[in-house]
Amino acid sequence: MIMRPLRLALIALALASAPALAVQPDEVMKDPALEARARALSAELRCMVCQNQSIDDSDAPLARDIRILIRSRIQEGESNDAVRAYLVSRYGDFILLKPPFKLETWLLWLSPPLTLCAGIAAVLLARRRAPRGTPPLSAEEEARLAALTNSDAAGG
Amino acid sequence: MIVEIGHFALVLAICAAVAQAIVPLWGARVGDNELMEVGRSAALTQFALVAIAFAALVNAHLTSDFSVLNVAENSHSAMPAVYKIAGVWGNHEGSMLLWVLILAVFGAIVALFGRPLPRTLRADALAVQGLISVAFLAFILLTSNPFERLSPAPFEGRDLNPILQDPGLAIHPPLLYLGYVGFSIVYSFAAAALIEGRIDAAWARFVRPFALVAWCFLTLGIAAGSFWAYYTLGWGGFWFWDPVENASLMPWLAGTAFVHSVAVMEKRDALKVWTIFLAIVAFSFSLLGTFLVRSGVLTSVHAFANDPRRGVFILAILALFICGSFALFASRAPMLKQGGLFAPISREGALIVNNLLLTTSCATVLFGTLYPLALEQLTGEKITVGAPFFNLTCGALLLTACFVAPFGFSLAWKRGDLLGVAQRLTVAIVAGAVTAVLGAAWLRGGPILAPIAAGLAIFVIVGSLTEVVMRLWRPGVRPGVAVKRAIGLPLSFFGAAIAHIGVGMTLLGLAGVGFGAETIATLHKGVAERVGPYAITLDSVGERVGPNYKEAATSMTVRSGDAVVAQIAPARRQFAARQMTTTQAGLATLDFGQVYVSIADPTPDGDVPARLYWKPLVTLIWLGGAAMALGGALSLADRRLRLGVAARAKASGGSLAQPAQ
Repeated sequence: MIMRPLRLALIALALASAPALAVQPDEVMKDPALEARARALSAELRCMVCQNQSIDDSDAPLARDIRILIRSRIQEGESNDAVRAYLVSRYGDFILLKPPFKLETWLLWLSPPLTLCAGIAAVLLARRRAPRGTPPLSAEEEARLAALTNSDAAGG
Repeated sequence: MIVEIGHFALVLAICAAVAQAIVPLWGARVGDNELMEVGRSAALTQFALVAIAFAALVNAHLTSDFSVLNVAENSHSAMPAVYKIAGVWGNHEGSMLLWVLILAVFGAIVALFGRPLPRTLRADALAVQGLISVAFLAFILLTSNPFERLSPAPFEGRDLNPILQDPGLAIHPPLLYLGYVGFSIVYSFAAAALIEGRIDAAWARFVRPFALVAWCFLTLGIAAGSFWAYYTLGWGGFWFWDPVENASLMPWLAGTAFVHSVAVMEKRDALKVWTIFLAIVAFSFSLLGTFLVRSGVLTSVHAFANDPRRGVFILAILALFICGSFALFASRAPMLKQGGLFAPISREGALIVNNLLLTTSCATVLFGTLYPLALEQLTGEKITVGAPFFNLTCGALLLTACFVAPFGFSLAWKRGDLLGVAQRLTVAIVAGAVTAVLGAAWLRGGPILAPIAAGLAIFVIVGSLTEVVMRLWRPGVRPGVAVKRAIGLPLSFFGAAIAHIGVGMTLLGLAGVGFGAETIATLHKGVAERVGPYAITLDSVGERVGPNYKEAATSMTVRSGDAVVAQIAPARRQFAARQMTTTQAGLATLDFGQVYVSIADPTPDGDVPARLYWKPLVTLIWLGGAAMALGGALSLADRRLRLGVAARAKASGGSLAQPAQ
């Protein structure tokens, strides 16, 4: 599994069609506060034609288009939530890198705590089953011990 | 001709592997020594044959034999020799051959150096290893033959994907495979122990070196891949929670849990069933990773692997080995006796907490990676599970694991004193807290996670150092005595300390991200642009011609105040054969941080659009990985863990195994 090269190859494809950088100087908004909001928002959004890459990082032309769309909407005074809602209405939840908590995803979000709880329960169960302390000696062992200590005492 | 020899050797290798899978297993059942010995010779034969096949493919690539389909599709006569060789595994067929080669290497190591092992255990383990070889050799021969001929042969090859033409390709995949496939031997020994229905501390002593080797290589492989992505992709990202990356992280997390639990098993004879379970899980994740990456279920958009037959074949292999081993586990595990009692507050207890957190993170990565696939199959709805999900869930789990690490490292076996340990760690706790507070003050209202991570990192590093110092020196102890104590301590103790310090270093590097700076600007010649504490000036823009590319090369000066601290040369390369452009980032390492500049194509009037970054402490991310691997290697060199020593000790004092020969 040549892991990274796979995604590298994909990015190379994007590069081949439009040799550009992720966020380009001509996209940057004049107001640093608005630009910071745009950057934060685009880091949460998936580049639809790339593999698990945010539009903030992507070189693909589509990502650039969405970055510009976000900035024009923010410039017009829309809140981040409104821009996000608009993009979800157009592209679906697929565009959100962080899946929303809802009917289809509750199992995903609850899987880490559930796994942890199951693990803790298993550990506690295993401890309860395990014998506590050293088991008492059997009659045979007692006899052997007595014999040993007696012979010790006799010899010493 | 050489190519046909390679192909033929591969066919013979599968025959040897079949013999390796059947004969020793049979021999172990009927107690026939000679049949069991066949496992060894078959493993060595199989290794020699696969090596011949691999050499044949390397030769075809090196001589640019374009009558071989694999070479024609992935090589170019003008490529430098090192990329011609690395290009052997820069494609699906060749990388699978490397996979099988490493599988055979580990089989051969057991055959050669496994003499001190109990004979039946070795025979069974070699048989299981042989079975894995059979499956993957069949996969190569039936679906991914690298020796396929092409007629008529083209005049020139289609070139290796330019983005792969990097030293990273020569380093990253072999390291990663050594790690991935190294867990196969751990798996084989686990299966062998289950077949025998007996497992003890001696088993742990045999298996631990293999697990450590695999873990070290996997750590280095992941770190190398991460660094490669960092300098190649052009924005300095080093981890993307991409499914293919997750495929390598899952075996690492399971493997990390394993090297901890096997320590408990070796020293205290406890956690046996759990350790066997982890051994199976670690290699199952390697197989799952192979399936995810090789079948195309995740990456249908690109052409690295696109034959659906391959996906089904690997799925069958996956099902066979995972289901088979778990069935074996379910039927035999209850027979394994538990031993080694301990109190909840003890080294063992802390290692259980470590294992809980690591396996939960592993499960989380698994869920996050597979959930979108499953959801799409079941409901048709497409969702993305990206970095924010993993950062939140795995981040919380792994940070907790980091917090527990120094406590576990300082607690005594069997029954520990938590209050005493907390007192021992006072300096570390204070240092960590001070770091976190200073960091938060520095960022003033910025992300709170970065200072917390930095504080935790310092706590881990200082905590590990404290434990080392406390073992060697108390006030009043003469230096000579401390040195004597240091020599007396097992190497694995220092190994663990260095590995934990490595974890702290990586965490500190990650925390550094929050303290970085970024500037997006169009650079004009002679005009300085600021990024973080540095100023960067564009000096010149020019054209350069390489062996199979031409590039727009720039030269820039990095200044701190008025002093010149570095020269960098970011560039963009045009590869004609595939009509592709790559970005060569300009990097300057300053202390542990880096100035990182990547450029877009220069404008006609000589201006350069660029992204400038200051990434403080970023190199610690990978140096930490190297430190973890170094720690693993030190543990490996521990005298007590060498196979021979363990066996000699046993031969003189124990009745656990038959004497070797």
